[in-house]
Amino acid sequence: MADVATQPGNMAGTSSRRGFLHRLFLHNLSAKVAAIPMIATVLVIFVGCTVWTIYYSFTSSKLLPKNTFVGFDQYARLFGTNRWNISITNLLLYGSMSLVLTLTLGFLLAVLMDQKIRFESAFRTIMLYPFALSFIVTGLVWQWIMNPTLGLQGTLRNMGWTGFTFDWISNPRMVLFALLIAGLWQGVGFCMILMLAGLRGVDEEIWKAARVDGIPTWRTYISVVLPMMRGVLVTAVVIIGSGIVRLYDLVVALTNGGPGISSEVPAKYVYDYMFGGGNIGQGLAASTMMLLSVMIIMIPWAYLEFGGKGRR
Amino acid sequence: MSQATAINAPAPSRGTVSGTEPRGPRPKPFFTPKKIIIYTTLFFFSLYFLFPLYVMVVTSLKTMPEIRFGNIVALPAAPSFDAWVRAWTSACTGLTCNGLAPGFWNSVKITIPSTIVSIFVAAVNGYALVNWRFKGSEVFFAILIFGSFIPYQVMLYPLVMITRELGIFGSLQGVIVIHTIFGMPILTLLFRNYFASLPQELFKAARVDGAGFWRIFFEIMLPMSLPIFVVALILQITGIWNDFLFGVVFAGTQNLPMTVQLNNIVNSAQGTPEYNVNMAATVLTGLVPLIIYFVSGKLFVRGVAAGAVKG
Repeated sequence: MADVATQPGNMAGTSSRRGFLHRLFLHNLSAKVAAIPMIATVLVIFVGCTVWTIYYSFTSSKLLPKNTFVGFDQYARLFGTNRWNISITNLLLYGSMSLVLTLTLGFLLAVLMDQKIRFESAFRTIMLYPFALSFIVTGLVWQWIMNPTLGLQGTLRNMGWTGFTFDWISNPRMVLFALLIAGLWQGVGFCMILMLAGLRGVDEEIWKAARVDGIPTWRTYISVVLPMMRGVLVTAVVIIGSGIVRLYDLVVALTNGGPGISSEVPAKYVYDYMFGGGNIGQGLAASTMMLLSVMIIMIPWAYLEFGGKGRR
Repeated sequence: MSQATAINAPAPSRGTVSGTEPRGPRPKPFFTPKKIIIYTTLFFFSLYFLFPLYVMVVTSLKTMPEIRFGNIVALPAAPSFDAWVRAWTSACTGLTCNGLAPGFWNSVKITIPSTIVSIFVAAVNGYALVNWRFKGSEVFFAILIFGSFIPYQVMLYPLVMITRELGIFGSLQGVIVIHTIFGMPILTLLFRNYFASLPQELFKAARVDGAGFWRIFFEIMLPMSLPIFVVALILQITGIWNDFLFGVVFAGTQNLPMTVQLNNIVNSAQGTPEYNVNMAATVLTGLVPLIIYFVSGKLFVRGVAAGAVKG
């Protein structure tokens, strides 16, 4: 409120109605004009489009959006569809494994990197470069590595290890682990960077105090440092979590949902029904469910971050 | 025994930092058990991270008979860029066989304007949010940040309808607008935090001297924000180059970006797959972000960490 910019407005808009309108529209006019793209994006896209999608997910829209309400019919159909149920099961399984492993490995690597090691920047470069690549590139490379005949399995079998099996990409029961290997390859470095920033932010005094008390290093990391990194951890969970819900490109490139429909995910269901199957209602209902799952991650976070403290 | 090393080990290394100890750090052997464990672990993780890059490059330099021999880790007997040339000029996506080159140029045509427009819009947003707050500006910003977590699929269909109404669906303009919209939250956050860290006295002095919104922006703010522009540039170029979903939905068949064409070449090719061409195409698609990554170094780290900075 102490801004130079807001002061004239406060003085001019004392009480009269003209003053109120003036303040709402004309005061700071060029700033408001300049912010039109942002305001439009927020109101039309983030709020408008989301509301539209939720609204039309309760209609019988098929090839084109229709205004005929059918209640929860689309959702009943959705959860009666085998492919959707496989998609959400996959997302839950892949998501929980991916989240836990990304955080664990990211933290472990960050701790190792924090031991005043040599070649730190070389290791960091190696761990983070996959993050710069497209999911399509990641998916296609791992698809080739996991190729059953000519990839890693074939290579080791040709070398004489005939019992070696690494057919995850073509094995419906293992395909999620194939996705996991590729997903971790791309995402762990990023998590490590976040965690390392968190570790470096911990006060040096804490370490001195822990040493004076004779607490082992690993114990200090787990019981003292980790709880102090709550902010970074929560941010990492939110970023990784919302990335998992969006999981799409990687599946398209690595398995395209196969073998059969064993590696389908919700985002792919939405795309295929909206643009491939011509069943918009199903796509909208499925995307609303995706929104719901993000909300389940987001609302506790928003509560932790902003709840109680009030707005900044 | 392990207990003892665990207590003693950090003492010398941490002691070096504070510099308050009367004597220098205790000399220590290089091969302590702790060090061996650390470096071995990091070494094996590095293998995991480097292996795909190695396989990708090695495969792209081989001939098909050599690949069919079935050793994915072997070095090529006679390295040849033949597969690279084929991937660039004549690899087939369905019916057409023009290689990746058109996709590359489409990606260039999408990335350059999208990057410029999205960064400019976000810089203005950040500037307005810090220096020209108006009623509700912080509310819009909060929704913007929360909006960035909404899955794209939720907004996809209405956006198709909006862009179709505007007559830009399936065109370069369409995909540029989409990238500007979805790049806005993170970039606005980036610029807002940066502008907030600049000394406010500069802005106030310019205001007193009678400079307006745009004049202050172009003549005072922009010249001071080169570092953050570079970070935004890295973030946007790699992000837009790597995009798949928006390209496939909004760009139209004439403008499909490189990632989409790459996926078409590898995953919807007819006949026997040519793995060397596939891998050459994959390397080519990854080359632009990789070059940016290796050249920019620490700035890239700053860019990706920017997503983690609280608003």
